[in-house]
Amino acid sequence: MAILGIEEKEFFASGHRSCAGCGEALALRHILKTCGEKTIVVQATGCMEVVSSAYPETAWELPWIHCAFENASAVASGVRAALETKGDKETNILTLGGDGASFDIGLGSLSGALERGTKFLYICTDNEAYMNTGIQRSGATFPYANTTTTPDGKIIHGKSEPKKPLPFIVAAHGARYVATASVMNLFDLKKKVQKALAVNGPTFITVFVPCIPGWKIETNATIDVAKKAFETNVYPLYEIEEGVLKINQKPDEKKPVEEYLKMQGRFKHITPEIAAKIQKYVDDRMEFLESVDGKKIFDPIL
Amino acid sequence: MSETKVISGSIAIAEAAKQCKPKVLPMFPITPSTLIPEKLSEMVANGELDSKIIYVESEHSAISALYGVYGTGVRGFTATASQGLALMHEILPIISGARFPAVMAVANRTISGPLNIWNDHSDTMSERDQGWIQLYCEDNQEAYDTILMAYKIAENLEIQLPVMVCIDGFYLTHSYEPVKIEDQKKVDEFLPEYKPEHYLDTKHPKTFGPIAFPNVFMEFRKQQEDAMQDAVQIIQKINDEFEKKFGRRYGDGLIEGIELKDAEYALLCTGSVLGTARETLKDLRAKGKKVGLIKLKAVRPLPVEELKKLTSKLKGLGVIDKHASLGFGGALTNDIKAALAGEKVKVTGFIAGLGGRDINKARIQQAYETIIKGEEGCWLR
Repeated sequence: MAILGIEEKEFFASGHRSCAGCGEALALRHILKTCGEKTIVVQATGCMEVVSSAYPETAWELPWIHCAFENASAVASGVRAALETKGDKETNILTLGGDGASFDIGLGSLSGALERGTKFLYICTDNEAYMNTGIQRSGATFPYANTTTTPDGKIIHGKSEPKKPLPFIVAAHGARYVATASVMNLFDLKKKVQKALAVNGPTFITVFVPCIPGWKIETNATIDVAKKAFETNVYPLYEIEEGVLKINQKPDEKKPVEEYLKMQGRFKHITPEIAAKIQKYVDDRMEFLESVDGKKIFDPIL
Repeated sequence: MSETKVISGSIAIAEAAKQCKPKVLPMFPITPSTLIPEKLSEMVANGELDSKIIYVESEHSAISALYGVYGTGVRGFTATASQGLALMHEILPIISGARFPAVMAVANRTISGPLNIWNDHSDTMSERDQGWIQLYCEDNQEAYDTILMAYKIAENLEIQLPVMVCIDGFYLTHSYEPVKIEDQKKVDEFLPEYKPEHYLDTKHPKTFGPIAFPNVFMEFRKQQEDAMQDAVQIIQKINDEFEKKFGRRYGDGLIEGIELKDAEYALLCTGSVLGTARETLKDLRAKGKKVGLIKLKAVRPLPVEELKKLTSKLKGLGVIDKHASLGFGGALTNDIKAALAGEKVKVTGFIAGLGGRDINKARIQQAYETIIKGEEGCWLR
């Protein structure tokens, strides 16, 4: 029986080993509910794989396969081809990776699977660092964030580089549906997953998922931090459908980025000077997004 | 209807693979294995082979896709060489650990540094720890035959380990020999359809590729090792079945003794160099030398017991070794020495053929003369 449109049936059993308050596990549960029973999950190495599959137990109540860190997309290509030889065109393939697997080490195999038009929904749960290995920076790490490999030191203050625009990279391949979503709005996430699954080709969603130990926040702060990221335009919600970008939700009142930064230990070293740089970074990204809002900026060739 | 064609080793491999009816072929080209995916692509395009080809963007993705294919319960095939195999390295033990009976052809080519596209065994020998059965081929007929046997070996329920079929790059991949292509009906009788018990199925959800903590991990490896040891007898049986069906056998399936009855000295070789070694052997025996030859087909599982039997009357054994384990000499030599530790025969190794350096009759003869003199082996340059 669905409650507020959210199906009751669970496909991710409790008893897995994620941290209390894990944004990724919460998002995953709901993604699986939307995908439903006729789904095969292909997972990259990362927190979710490790917490859910400790032999001889498993939290997965769907067929699930894990291989290595950078190749979930390639494994998914193999699964899809094999299903097709069995005459199965119905089964969903949900390919899952964190930002490590998706932005960095797995970018090549993701690109290959996109180019080949592999019919799957790729969801990247983005907590902005290599969390499973102990909070090292990734291409998705937010500028100036403190991670174990981009620590705040005397000379360098957190990650220097901008966040890699992975959704645009995927859309540039010609994927017909690309979106950003956030664990703080599960209804929006559900709608996006449904839209993606209806496309006969590769689709892609990044989901913003705060990490308790990685971001140095309280176990009950997950949703509030994600909400604040949205309200400050740090993590805008948009879709790119048939190459047309559409910001699908805007905060009623835009908040200054300091409100977001001060909630998290990974930004506790941020001075007013750096906060101003971060504000400019966020404003510039939003300005770009708004300049292309409603425009066809990619060619949906897949 | 069977048919004899004069074809390259690459085409022989493609013809055999086609007859084994793999449903999905993840392919990435690398010299000198390229003719294999090219031929398979042609077969698919012409409707001769009912398979899906996945044109992956790297060898790492080729082997990863193959993992996904077997995970879904479907027979697959791929081919590579050298750097491609090296790029696949990470995934090879994962396929073995998952007990997927994958089959892959490797066109032996040296591992880079400097770049070199010519033949030696450094690529596959570097992977011999990864839980794949490794079978080497002397000629193109054996290449064809070994692919057929490989699927049957891999899919045997007592084994369920992946198999690497190794053919020497350029020497076999690109040279032409007559190869008998067997009747499809007979191949189907020898190799039935692949019907695995466990695969990704929404009706029976299962978890593949878990994490295993220290309290359970070692048992996975022990099971793989046990399967490797059990494979020795099963490969022997399949070799017998192959002979019954098709009239050809390869020693006992893993190893073969040639002219050993009165031999005091022998060379052990793998792969295409055996052609030259046989010719050199003939010359030396014609001169009255009591010499023989051992053809090692399986590097993994290494057939220790049969190797001991074959060498029991020898004074000296020389290993023609096409891979140097830098810092400790010939890799195959050291495996053979370890297998024969405690036996009477003196084993020594000859590093030869690296990066496509020709192993001609003179060099083979030099190896024989060295072991007859009781001297240590050397680099045959």
